[in-house]
This record gives sequence, structure tokens and C-alpha cells, in this order.
Amino acid sequence: MNNQQREMVDGAAAIARGALNAGCNYYAGYPITPASGILSHMLRELPKIGGIGFQGEDEISSLGHCIGAAMAGATVFTATSGPGLSLYSENLGLAIMMEVPIVIAISQRLGPSTGAATASAQGDIQFMRWGTTGGYPMIVLSPTNISESYHLTKRAFKLAERFRTPVFLASDKDTVMTTESVSVHDMEHTPDWPEIPNGVIGKKLDPYRVDGPIHHYTGSSHNDEGHITKDPDIIATLNERLRMKIESNLDELSLVKSDLEAGADTLMVSYGVSARSMEAAVNEIRNVGNKVSSMTIYSLWPIPEKAIKNNLKGIKRVIVPEMNHGQYLREIERLVDRNVELVGINRVDTILITPEEITGAYYGR
Amino acid sequence: MGDKKLDTYIAEGNLPYAFCPGCSHGKILEALSNSLKQQGLGPSEVVIVTDIGCVGLSDKYFVTHAFHGLHGRAITYASGIKMQNPDLKVVVLIGDGGCGIGGHHLLNAARLNTDVNVLVFNNFNFGMTGGQHSVTTPLDSITATTALGSTDAPMDIAGTAQVNGGGFIARATAFDKDLPDIIEKAMKHDGFSLIDIWELCTAYFVPRNDFGKKEMMSYMDGMQMASGILQETNRPSFQTSYKNIQKQASQQSPMSGLILDTKFSSNLEKPIRIVLAGAAGQKVVSAGNLLASAATLSGLWTSRRADFPITIQTGFSVAEIVISPEPVDYSGIVKPDIAAIIAPEGKAKISRLTHAMKSTGTIYYSDGLGEIDSEANILPLLFPESAKRDLRKNISALTAAFLAKELNMFPFEALKEAARQIQKPKIAEINLGVFAHFE
Repeated sequence: MNNQQREMVDGAAAIARGALNAGCNYYAGYPITPASGILSHMLRELPKIGGIGFQGEDEISSLGHCIGAAMAGATVFTATSGPGLSLYSENLGLAIMMEVPIVIAISQRLGPSTGAATASAQGDIQFMRWGTTGGYPMIVLSPTNISESYHLTKRAFKLAERFRTPVFLASDKDTVMTTESVSVHDMEHTPDWPEIPNGVIGKKLDPYRVDGPIHHYTGSSHNDEGHITKDPDIIATLNERLRMKIESNLDELSLVKSDLEAGADTLMVSYGVSARSMEAAVNEIRNVGNKVSSMTIYSLWPIPEKAIKNNLKGIKRVIVPEMNHGQYLREIERLVDRNVELVGINRVDTILITPEEITGAYYGR
Repeated sequence: MGDKKLDTYIAEGNLPYAFCPGCSHGKILEALSNSLKQQGLGPSEVVIVTDIGCVGLSDKYFVTHAFHGLHGRAITYASGIKMQNPDLKVVVLIGDGGCGIGGHHLLNAARLNTDVNVLVFNNFNFGMTGGQHSVTTPLDSITATTALGSTDAPMDIAGTAQVNGGGFIARATAFDKDLPDIIEKAMKHDGFSLIDIWELCTAYFVPRNDFGKKEMMSYMDGMQMASGILQETNRPSFQTSYKNIQKQASQQSPMSGLILDTKFSSNLEKPIRIVLAGAAGQKVVSAGNLLASAATLSGLWTSRRADFPITIQTGFSVAEIVISPEPVDYSGIVKPDIAAIIAPEGKAKISRLTHAMKSTGTIYYSDGLGEIDSEANILPLLFPESAKRDLRKNISALTAAFLAKELNMFPFEALKEAARQIQKPKIAEINLGVFAHFE
């Protein structure tokens, strides 16, 4: 292991490289710590390859520019943090309705509001899910480290293209701004994840072209010609399709890492930077001969219900470490039997959850 | 593309317009259609971008491409379309309401000189929502929300775009016979163009204020807001400027990773968590990078977190480094094994950490920082006599070298190699000079 090549890299660079590798040729964004590193990389790199990197006058404009560019055929990307996500909200709904593929990296920082600039948090997990009008399903991927940041960014582009919808990459200040030694092998090789099939599930987006067919696109309820309609049947069909294109493909969207131990009756569930503390805690617990199972959720939304339910077999207690007040715990709660004990480990004080807190919860301290 | 031109660009099958009798919107749409005809454009060469308000209904009356988006954001979508495909002619149809809520986009698109063509349907109030006052409502006018008369100074939309550098700015009315010509000039201009077109809302503003064509023209005179072309500049459009940026950038090599081969070995058996705490300007984070890179060159795994206030050049600067024989999972530090403190700002910032340290931990402490409250071993941060002259400018690099010697996590050579591999030659040279004090 000692002779492996290592790279010194932070999450911002890994995410930018993932986007470029996925064919991104348009980026628009607005500066905000801890996502500004991604902005800088994209604005520097895109013109080198004939792409466009643009700093908008605010987040609303940035996402608007992304949507416009996508409708003209660009592969688009943007990044922000919680306060910027607030301003993305309205255009997020437009992108869902117009079926615009967009990858949005959210580097979470502690809120509410401007919060503690700039400290890690995982407080926007439900915000990403429910952050625009209508309550339509969102696709949210969450890396736990730098190489996963790279690979999940690439995966996000594939999903955005296939489902014709905005896709979030949910990371956090620590993953984006911490420099780490990463094995070059891990950067170069995608983890053993199921391939995303080719083909488009959402409505095919044919961009505006000078010699192409005429297209009308709208963010309002529309008929097949892209014109506003109030016909309840047409609206019902459209809205049901927007929902079901995601909800009828849950297996394909589900991405988790399960680390199950026979005979364990405690399951730990985590994601993002907190999953790394969980992994450290799991090792400590096993090192002294105790049994524990764990799962890392990469596809936060839609909830990988089937995988979670599978891992709940024989489990009497579920421990969920996350840097918020229990935003994912409430999702697990829907899936467990009533006799299963649920333990949340929650921090919203700028400090990463420690492995000791998690082992402490395991031992009931 | 002239062979593709049509007699009309209006989708006649979708007529009549859904606008009120006497509303001027249809007149402007006809003028646009006539202008497209006289420019000889094919319908697929044009994208009409609209947003919310009565004018937002216009897209379906055109046989060109169309985009209908959110209130006040049309200019942003249009600019994105044009950036990606400069061959398309992109025309924004927006109301005075849209220019209010999207005013930020309007003035920045003018600054950017992005090559979109904005036609403002300026009828002095919100028609679609019931005749509320807008940013252009004249002083003392009656609207649904100014029952006793508007008290706000009306916004000069054309003037705003003008002072913010928009390439082609004009003011007109929906009744102008030469409107198609002005639209043509605007569309042929390479850069941002805006025509502030004044018109009548017969549902609300006209009856409430007895404001017909005659009154509108005398208001225009009274405000000294002349019609016609107000500004034409040669400033290059964003699209033209950015082509130059792309051309220059294409000479540069793409970003690549900083790859460090394992050149040294280490006997480190368990992770060690180190905090360097100093002040802004002491290059604390850079010293953290040197330690982490030296460890990486020695086959170890590392993480380096940085913490500094948002005002980068004042206050504390802290680097947290985890060095481990195994890949680092948890990269936080709440109880360091080692703390090195070189400034009072850093001391204060990490007091929570030093307070948590037990006798198994060690704090290396610079002279003159006062008492410290910790159970950890507290040892002086001692540099060789010869290093005195480097204290002021290079104390962090000195500290990195000190720790490399003291903690013996990797060969001292690795620190030097780290400087050579990760730093600019000039900086590396300075640091190699600093490290030499320890040999």
C-alpha cells in the first residue's frame, strides 16, 4: 500500500475535474464560501477547452444562465452553498418543469441564514429535497470523500442527462475545502457502482439550433407544443410523468455502501463527511470484538428504501450520525418497525461528529 | 439565411391575441414580426424569450423558437442561450414589471454587453395581476396599490441601461411607424440592445388615469425622456470579448493533479493529529501543506484542514493536519496529539483544543505568549540559534522543520522534497534555506 501514488487534492478540484471529465462546457455561478473553489476552477478551465465560465450578478442569474445555455445545447454545471441554494429555488422549479439537465454542487455550511461562515454542516438535506414549489422528486448524491466527489460528480451528469432534471451533489465545507492525500488509483477508477444505462427517461431536450426544428419551451404547465395549457387532463399527465420518471426508477437511482456484519443488531446509517466518522467508529467497535453493521448512503434522494429495509433485517437499533437536527433520521423512522430503537447523533456547532461520540452511542454511554 | 424568411412570423393559427381591446402589445409583436421579415431571418434563427405578465403570453404567437420563464429572469435565460449559441438571434420581450423585479439582471446585462435584444413593453403598471404600480408608474398616478397616487420616482429603464454601458439603447412608443427599423438596428448591433417601448394598458392604467396616447406623449415630453436612439457604442459584446479569452486560454494547459510519488519511508504506527496555530500572514497553512506533503512522500496518508476568518489578512490562521499509516477517515481534531502555537491569535483560537489535551499530548509553545491552561506537556518551541533571522518572516516553516525533527514521523529529507515538489521555485528556495538551520 505504501508504494501507491498519491495525489494532494481538495474536494473543489475533484468536483471541477469530475465536471470537466463529464463533458461540462458551461458553468455559471456566484462566489460563496465554501463553494468558491469550484467557481474559480471552472472559470479558469472552461475557456481553455472552448467552453464558457461565467460569474453571474447573483445566484438567480447564474442558474438562469445555466438553464438558457442548456436549452441551447450546453452541458451545464453550477455550485453554491445554502444561502445561494435559497436563491436557486425558483429556477430549480423551472428546470424541473422544463426538464433541463443541470448538475448543482451544494457545499453545505452551517445555517440558518449566513450561519457560521464557514463551518461544515449537513443542514440542507431536506432543503435540497423540498427546496422548490410542487414537491417533485429530486435526485441528490452525496460523497464522503475526495475521490467519491470526483466520481459522483461524473455520475450526477449522467443522471441529469438521463432523467432530464436538476441533480444535486451534496457535499460540505470539509469535503470541499480539506486537502488530502488520495490514491491516484481511487481517482482514476470508479468504485464498483452499477452503471447508469444509456438513453433518456425524461423528455428529450432538443436544443435550439439555427437549422433545427422549432421549439417552444415553458416553465408553465404545457402541452406537447410547449404552450401553456389549463387542460386538467394534459396537466395531470405532465405532472404525473415528471414524478414517475424518477419514482419508477428507484432501483437504478439507489446507491449505497453496505458494510454488514453477521449477528450485529445495531445498524449505523450515515452520509457525507459524517460517514467517515462512522467508519472510524465501526472499525474501533470491531477491533475490540463487538459486532456492528453500517451503511453509507450516496443517493440521499430518492431514499434508497429497498436497500435500507434490506439492511434493517435483524436490527434492533439504528444509529444515525448527521450534522443537523435529524433530517435523515426522520426518513429512516418511516422505514423501521416500531420496536427498533432509533438513536440520532446530531451536531450543529461547527464541529465534526467524532468517532468517540458514535462509539459512545453504540455502548449506550 | 435570407431564403428562409417568411411573410409573417406570427403564428396565425393561434390568433386572436389574448390581449385586451386597445392594448398595444399586439402592435409591438407585429412590429417585431415585420422587423424579422425585413431582416430576412429564418424562424429557426430567432429565439424569443419571455417571462411573466401579459407580455409573457407572446411566445405562442411566434413561429420562431421560444422560451417562457420566470418573472423578471428572461434576460438571464436569453444571455445563457446566446453565450452557448451565438448564431441565434435572441430577443427578450419583457414588461415594466419584469424590469423591476429583474432590474439587477437588466443593468448587469448592459454592463456585460451580452448580445441579447430586449424589447420592453412599458405600460406603467402590472396588467396581469390587476393594475398594481410598477417601477415606471408616473408620479401621482392611480393604480390598484396607489389609490391616492404614486409617490415613487419612476425608473428610467432606457436611461438605466444607458448609464450601465449597454451597447444600443433606444426609447420608442408602440405607435411609432419606424419601430421595425429600430428593432432591426438593435438586433444588428453586436452587444446588448434595449428598446424601452412605451404603450397603453387599456384595462387598468388608461381608464384610471385618463392616460391615452396623447397624454403619454405629453408625459414623455414633460419628463424630457426623448424617443429615438439614445446610445450606440462600439464596445465589444461579451460574446466577442469572451472569444478572445478562449483564444488566450487555449494556450494554457488544463488543470492536473499534484501527484506525489512515495520516495521515503516511515515507521509511524498510529495516526498523529497536529494543530498549527498562528496569525494571518505567518503562512501557517502553507507550513501545514509542507508537513502533509512530506508525510505523503513518505507513504503516509494525510488530511489538512484550514481555518481562518473571512477577513483573510487579519486574525488567526490554523492548520489541522492528520498524518496516518492508514487512509484518514475522520479528519477532525478535537484533542490534538501535538499543538504548535506561534501567535496569540492562534492561541486564542485553539484554546478549546489545548484545554482538551491530556498529558499524552504535547504543546510546543513560542516565547512570550503567556500562560496556557492545559494538562498537556508544554515545551518551548526552540529553533537553532542561526534561525533567529528567519523568525519574523518564516516562523511557520521553521515550526514545520522543528516538528519534522522532533516528531520523527518521516525523514527530514522528505520535508525538503515536499518544498521542491509543491512550492514555486522561489518559495521553495527560501524554505530550503530555513530548513538548513536544522542540519
